[in-house]
Amino acid sequence: MKYVEEFRCHDLAQQLASAISREINPDRQYRLMEFCGGHTHAIFRYGVQDLMPANVTFVHGPGCPVCVLPTGRIDYAIQLVQEQEVILCTYGDLLRVPASGRKSLLKVKAEGADVRMVYSTQDALRIARENPQREVVFFAIGFETTTPPTAVAIKQAQGEGLKNFSVFCNHVLTPAAIQNILESPELREMGSVSIDGFFGPSHVSSIIGSQPYEFFAEEFQKPVVIAGFEPLDVMQSALMLIRQLNEGRHEVENEYTRVVTREGNRKAQTLVAEVMELRRDFEWRGLGRVPYSGLRIKPSFAEFDAEQRFDVPLVQASDIKGCECPRILRGVKKPTDCKLFGVICTPENPMGSCMVSSEGACAAYWSYGRFRKPAEQQESVA
Amino acid sequence: MTNLKRFPMRLNTRDGAVDMTHGSGGRAMAQLIEELFVKHFDNELLRQANDQAAFDVSAGRMVMSTDGHVISPLFFPGGDIGSLSVHGTINDVAMSGAKPLYLSAGFILEEGIALADLEKIVISMGRAAGAAGVPIVTGDTKVVEKGKADKVFITTTGVGVVPEGVNISGNRAQAGDAILVNGSIGDHGVAIMSSRENLQFETTIESDSAALHTLVADMVAVASGIHCLRDPTRGGLATTLNELAQQSQVGMKLSETSIPIKPAVAAACELLGLDPLYVANEGKLICICAQQDAQGLLEVMQAHPLGREAAIIGEVVEDQNAFVQMQTRFGGSRVVDWLAGEQLPRIC
Repeated sequence: MKYVEEFRCHDLAQQLASAISREINPDRQYRLMEFCGGHTHAIFRYGVQDLMPANVTFVHGPGCPVCVLPTGRIDYAIQLVQEQEVILCTYGDLLRVPASGRKSLLKVKAEGADVRMVYSTQDALRIARENPQREVVFFAIGFETTTPPTAVAIKQAQGEGLKNFSVFCNHVLTPAAIQNILESPELREMGSVSIDGFFGPSHVSSIIGSQPYEFFAEEFQKPVVIAGFEPLDVMQSALMLIRQLNEGRHEVENEYTRVVTREGNRKAQTLVAEVMELRRDFEWRGLGRVPYSGLRIKPSFAEFDAEQRFDVPLVQASDIKGCECPRILRGVKKPTDCKLFGVICTPENPMGSCMVSSEGACAAYWSYGRFRKPAEQQESVA
Repeated sequence: MTNLKRFPMRLNTRDGAVDMTHGSGGRAMAQLIEELFVKHFDNELLRQANDQAAFDVSAGRMVMSTDGHVISPLFFPGGDIGSLSVHGTINDVAMSGAKPLYLSAGFILEEGIALADLEKIVISMGRAAGAAGVPIVTGDTKVVEKGKADKVFITTTGVGVVPEGVNISGNRAQAGDAILVNGSIGDHGVAIMSSRENLQFETTIESDSAALHTLVADMVAVASGIHCLRDPTRGGLATTLNELAQQSQVGMKLSETSIPIKPAVAAACELLGLDPLYVANEGKLICICAQQDAQGLLEVMQAHPLGREAAIIGEVVEDQNAFVQMQTRFGGSRVVDWLAGEQLPRIC
């Protein structure tokens, strides 16, 4: 496959691996957080960890939009589809996310609720056009990357005069969440866990650019490298982070120059700003309420906002007891530190959000990394 | 006086549709059976018009397998629900090393399905069974109200006889064995996805749906000591290897570079965020055999039209956790786990 295989090249990986092992300082640890689930997935799927020195650790962050969606928002969607009898269009990942009362969208679908899996906002618009007598709600989630398509869909619906289409908006913002992680007392006060540098999600930066991280790199004195999602991108970015750390720098660097610029996609930014605005705060599973971290639909587009269109109360819901997702999302604990991991929480029966999406840290550990654990145990016994 | 025709009006396969009378046991049902099923499945046993087929069998071990087919859409590039329902059951029988002998077919029809579509499906089944040399000798038809089924569901059952000395079972994989596959993986799943109405994309990929019993016969003839055979249908190669690893309580080590995948399948999976290891096949088999038989088997497979791209993709290792692992092309290793949830519903 052209333009893909080049970024998965074995020989280049070996060269990068030796470059990294030449440059690392064996006397220190390098704890690098990949914020985004796309990186977590690439690391496990291609076995990137095997090519890294033992003192370079990947810490899996909260950058999976499915994983950070709080239970209350899923409960809300279930109310929409069950009580308001709307057609709820959703991405496939959301179907299995656990809601309150052991429910999920998949389960209510089995009970007869009209939940439809879509691949894009355009599918949802098509369903709205084909069912003029029904209310159609698109369950919008995702970071800055998936926000512009939602904004486009709302503008399209307005342009076409679609009267039965609305959006349940759950779009969230990356820089606010990274800042929240670094400001959390567990990381600041306990000092037990440190994160040395960050892989910035490149698809997000294709929209927002690399510039929004500049304040943050300066404020927290942590290097950020905007990294592509192919395994060679991850390794190259790791090398760039390691170099910055060795040299005591904390800058925003861009590895993904084939797409990302400092300014980002101005057209997309303008479009989003036209349709959406900042929420005062938004609840993240695992992080709690994070100020100015989510978007809502502007009053001028109120008729396309499911939260304004339907009279459904948003209820605070609590997460499963014993579930370590909050700490795992902040990189304080590893999935294998959770008592539920692999015991009652598996991809078939997820208890916490990190096990739901294939991009979640727990699911990735379970699917790709689980075999390392018995090997490690054997080593420690020996 | 001229002879009265039993059914003066022909079954309207041009613009007619199935209705409840076609399942009621009356004249309409008799006509459907005669002018559609008996006509296109035509064979001596079926023509006897009994509620069962009676036949002699040779001495030895028999196998029997059944498979329900609910695929959507009914027609897809490279096949349809009819040919699929014949191939699927022939393959399940053949994966024991058996020679498939006879099939039965049970139809659940949704009121309203066009008779033209049903005829196309039945013709396709008749052709597939004829080409495979495995006749459909008995069957059943039911009609349910609109909305109680999705157009047509077909259940086929097959019986076959295992040659003397052949003992193939999912629990016989041993550390040191070689793992072979007869060709490129993921074709069926991608062909189905490309024809789903909510997911249309253009591809030249066709389903690999095929009856594998003649390939199996060639393989068994050169290596009667084959340990395991299985067709990696739903859940793909990854899921089937996990089943075998679990059944035999062994681990497996695959080499990503040796697994055949068509570039168009890889590209489609890339676009849709799927892993081809988990995408369904309908004309593929996994063979596990002793290392010394592997090369000979590979040559026999490659000499058969359904095995030209056959490859040795890995080996069986000792592992109490029964993990399937893979050396990645990139240079690392990963676990190839069971499929969680479903990648795509109703693909067969």
